[in-house]
Order: sequence, then structure tokens, then C-alpha cells
Amino acid sequence: MTVSKRTRLGVAAGRLAGALSRTLTRGQGATISGRVINKIAPNALEELADGQRVTLVSATNGKTTTTRFLATALTTAGRTVTTNSTGANLTSGIAPTLAGAAGPGDAVLEVDERVLPRVIDPLGAELLVLGNLSRDQLDRYGEVHAVSESWRTTMQSHPGVAVIANASDPHVVWAATPGKVTWVALGLGWRSDAATCPECGALLTWSTDRFDCPKCGFAQPATDNILDGDTLVLDGARIPLDLALPGRWNLANAALAVTAAAHLGIDPVHAATSLKTVTSVAGRYMHVPLGDGRSARVLLAKNPAGWTEVLRFLHRRDTAVVIAVNARVADGKDPSWLWDVPYELLRGHETAAAGDRRLDVAVRLRYAEVDHEIERDPVAAARELEGDEVHIVASYTQFSALYRKYGDTT
Amino acid sequence: MSAVRDSAVRIGLIYPELLGTYGDRGNAIVLVQRTRWRGIPAELVEVDAGEPIPDSLDVYIFGGGEDDPMEMAGAGMRESKASIERAHANGAVVLAVCGGYQLIGHRYIAADGEILEGIGLVDVETRAGSPRLIGELVASPNDDVNWGEFGPPRALTGFENHGGRTTLGEGVAPLGKVLAGGGNGDGSKTEGVLAERIIGTYLHGPVLARNAELADRIIAWVAGSIPPLEATLEQSLRADRLDAAMVRGVHRWWRDRMLARG
Repeated sequence: MTVSKRTRLGVAAGRLAGALSRTLTRGQGATISGRVINKIAPNALEELADGQRVTLVSATNGKTTTTRFLATALTTAGRTVTTNSTGANLTSGIAPTLAGAAGPGDAVLEVDERVLPRVIDPLGAELLVLGNLSRDQLDRYGEVHAVSESWRTTMQSHPGVAVIANASDPHVVWAATPGKVTWVALGLGWRSDAATCPECGALLTWSTDRFDCPKCGFAQPATDNILDGDTLVLDGARIPLDLALPGRWNLANAALAVTAAAHLGIDPVHAATSLKTVTSVAGRYMHVPLGDGRSARVLLAKNPAGWTEVLRFLHRRDTAVVIAVNARVADGKDPSWLWDVPYELLRGHETAAAGDRRLDVAVRLRYAEVDHEIERDPVAAARELEGDEVHIVASYTQFSALYRKYGDTT
Repeated sequence: MSAVRDSAVRIGLIYPELLGTYGDRGNAIVLVQRTRWRGIPAELVEVDAGEPIPDSLDVYIFGGGEDDPMEMAGAGMRESKASIERAHANGAVVLAVCGGYQLIGHRYIAADGEILEGIGLVDVETRAGSPRLIGELVASPNDDVNWGEFGPPRALTGFENHGGRTTLGEGVAPLGKVLAGGGNGDGSKTEGVLAERIIGTYLHGPVLARNAELADRIIAWVAGSIPPLEATLEQSLRADRLDAAMVRGVHRWWRDRMLARG
């Protein structure tokens, strides 16, 4: 791998600009960092990706965990893997990740869903792993259809790129169809962003296990690859997914990762077995000590689709729940999505509202008739709740603050 | 005190899967709960896309949606136009937010000139504009109109996210005057529309979660006199959001001043 001085300089300057931006403006620093890299070294990504077989993972939810699963499966099989393990998924995060590569091998990169179309060519991506698309940060990113359209346009101009895609998500199906796709049906979760057909605008009809457009014939693609409970059926083999991470959504992430690993030449059974070693992903599922002998487990939920999955998991458990919500730039400045989430499921749980927007959360809980405490700091809020098990479910910047402070403890 | 109704107040959430992009279900939840908390039975009636909109509801809530879903919602609303008009004439309330607001007007004219016909329940017309208006929106309610026994609510807060530029017809009353944010965005400094038991607005939040006083006026319009409810939490949220929006308003004013000088 030959990396020019210009590229090294660009990456270093980009990092510096990002750090300055974070210090001076409390911004995330990622945008400016990416711009600086592009300005100084417009070919940085091409150069850095030289010698790497690049797989890109994108989705609204689950991309960081899916990336970690896939990287784990490849590493366990003895591959040399470069991966952005902390969820730095913009150009600004990808360039330094590649600059730190140990050598030629597999690069497994999580990519922001809006950035994906821009980096496929410079990175020479050979495989795309596409999970799901739903509403997220509408003030910043716009509505879902715009994202699936940009993906579809990209696939149309890249018919040779291999794709592993979720057959159960209409937006993903529509976007991926022009590509060379291996489908895997992960099951139907959140459907509120796919009422109408992405192709023709007619109403989609939904049954328990598939969607169809009665007008233009757009439908869930047929595939024998399906997630069946905690088993992945792949090319006729039944592969048990025994994970350390909780929730149905992680089974879906795992199914996608194992399918991708198989495409990259790894035995899917070995790949699946390796996933049990993943216990925490860039702070997701980490435990934060409460100082009274208890600890709280941290979950990231940043939009209604993610929250709906998390609630399905929490409401069956005897757990106290802290809902920690900010509405800063990286969260989306409009927390009205709180009203798309069935918080009514938390009735009977010890519950607290935390974060900058704790009052928005508290009003939502009042209308859901869920008794709650109100406390800005999520850890202090967790301490106020009774019970042996406590979960802090945090929006993105709340989560990042906890991760910075407590790091990975598991 | 007018007679307490014995039948349940029927809160209609129209096409939630099409017009529900911005937490719009919340407006229905707030109305149902605030009605029930006063001992008046209330029922949430969801009208699915593709179904005719019945004329038997007490409140019709239209939310915001993306382009294709909005087109489909518009088609359904036009088909059920007579039914909505009949219900309104018989005393029903219409609350229409964002895309829904545009659809209860005459039409929405997209950037490419394509026209999406509304139902013309109010005399307003919307054109696509640029830039998109995104951020906290504060409006002081119009007090030239009859709000009923409570009088006008205090300043309304919400979050707007739309590209529409909505112009009111001659003599049509806005919901309020913009204090911070864009609102109707047509240069008139107005926000929304207010007609007899009809509210059209760009305030998300959802608007009734952020403005309990507005919710209570809607309930009073359909249920008659209602007792007050404890509202400490809602008032705290409202104060918090007013602070956030107005600080930004002052900041913007200062920035504009600096730019004008340079």
C-alpha cells in the first residue's frame, strides 16, 4: 500500500480541524474534518483503500453492530481486518481508519447512509451490506424516500457491486434491486415509513411475513435465506445464532453479518459461533456503575424504529428504565418522534426521564400514563430508580457522553 | 355549563400511515387523554389509508407526510370531501398539521409546477419554496377571532420542518403571528390558519403536546365546558421551549444586524 505524503497530511489536518471544531463550537467536528481531508488530499480514500477488499455496511439502525459482527467473523477466521470500530462513519472517520490499517486485507467499514453513494467509487467497494431504512433526524437528513432513492441511483450505476440486503424492508429492496443482490429476509419490524410503494406510490399491502404492491407488482423478493427466530437459514443450512448481545434486532444484525461473511468465503457456522465473543460494541450494552452496588446497562436508541425494538425487549423484563434524550444536531433537533414510540409498554416499570429534553420525554410519559422521575443526568436518574436491573436507553449524544465518560467496561 | 355528552368523543386520526411522519399520532393521544382525564369518554378512531373518511367523527386530525404518501392522502381526502364538510358543518373540529394543512387548502404547487389538489376547506394555497424552514417556531395566537369561552391560548410553540409557502386568501385569519421561525413563510409573518373550528398549522412537536391550552380549546369546541387540569409539567415544557426559541430569535436578530452592518 502506497500512501502519499499529501494523503497523510490531509488525514492529519482533518483530524486537527475536527478536534478544533469540537473544542471551539461543541460540534461533532466530522463535517469540517471530512472537508479538510478532501481539500488537501482529494484522492485520500482511493490511496488508503488500495490493497483492501472493501465491504461497506449501511442502515439506519444496527450498522455499527453489524460491522463489528462481520469484522469479528473475519478476524476469527484469521483474516487481516481494518474496521471503524467506534462508529466513525463519515469520510472523516473512514480515512483515518484506513490510514491505520495493519496491511492489505479486508476493510469492513460502517458508512453513514447519506455518505454511502459518495464513497463506493473512491473506496472501490466490492460488497455492500444494507440493513434497513427508517425515519431518523428528519430536520437534518430529510425524509426516508430521499435516502432510498440515492441508494437506488447508486446501484443502477454500479451493477457489478455485490450486495447483501434485507428482503423485508421495502426501502432497502427498492434501493438494492438494480444490484447483484443476495437477499436475506430479516422479518418485518417497523413499517411506518413504508406505507406506499417506493416504485409507484400505491399503498403497499402487508401480511405477517411479506409486503406487496397490488398495482405495479413490486414485492418482497423471494429468498430461502431467512431469519427464523434465533436461527439463520442460509443456502439450505440452519445456523443457530447464539449471541451475548440482547434483542431481536441483534439477531437481525447477526444474520446480515453471517450472510456477508459467507459471501466473503467464511464458513457461516464458524462465523455465527464467533459472534458470541461480542459483548459490547463501542459502548452499546456497556455497564455503568451506579455507585450503590448496582450497574445500569446502556442501550442506544435514536429513532422510533430502534426504540420500538428496544421496548419489545424491555417490557418483558423486570427492569427499571431511564429514557435519556437530547435533541442536538447529531440527534436531530426535533424529538417529536417520541410520539411514534409505544411508551405505554413501560407502565408498571420504574421509569425516569433524563437528558436535555427530559421535559418532552416526561410529557410523553404522562400521556402514556407511565409514572416517572425527572432528572437531567441519566446516571443520577438511574440511581433514583428501584430494582436490581436498570437500563439507560439513550439518544445519540446522550449515549456518546456516557461512552466518553465510562468507556467500555465489558 | 353545557350538557355533558353521554356518547364518547370520537377523535379521528386520518391516514396515520400516510400522514404521520412527525409524531402526528401524538395529537390524537393528547386529545383522547385530556378528554378522558376529565371524565368524558373518548375514543381514538384510526381511518386507514384507502378507507373512506366517515362523517361521524368529532375531531379530524390530518398530519404531515412525505411526497408520495401525501399524494395518496390527498386523493383519499378529495374522495371523502363531502363527508368531511358535512361533519364540520355539524360541529366537528379539523386539526391539520404541515402536509395536512396544505391538503385542507385549495392546492399544493410543487417545485416542478405539478399541482396536488387539496379539499379547499380553507381558502389557502401553498407553493413549494426554498429553503426548507426547519427549527423552533413560536407564534402569538390571533386574538381577533372568537376562541370561545377560554379566549385565545398563550404563545404557541412547536418545531417546523417544511418547504411550503402558504398564502391565505383575502380576509382569512391566520392562527397567529410569527415571533420566531418561519410559519406560513410567504413574507406575511403569519403562521397557520384559523377558521370556525378549523386549525391549520406548521407547528409540530406534536403541537397539542407542546400546547395543552390549544388542546383544551379543541376539546371544549366538541365537548362543551370542561374543568381545568393540573398542568405543571406541560407548562414547564412550554417555558423551556419558549426560552430555547426566543434565545435563538434574539441571536438571529443580532446576527442579522451584524450582517446588515457589514
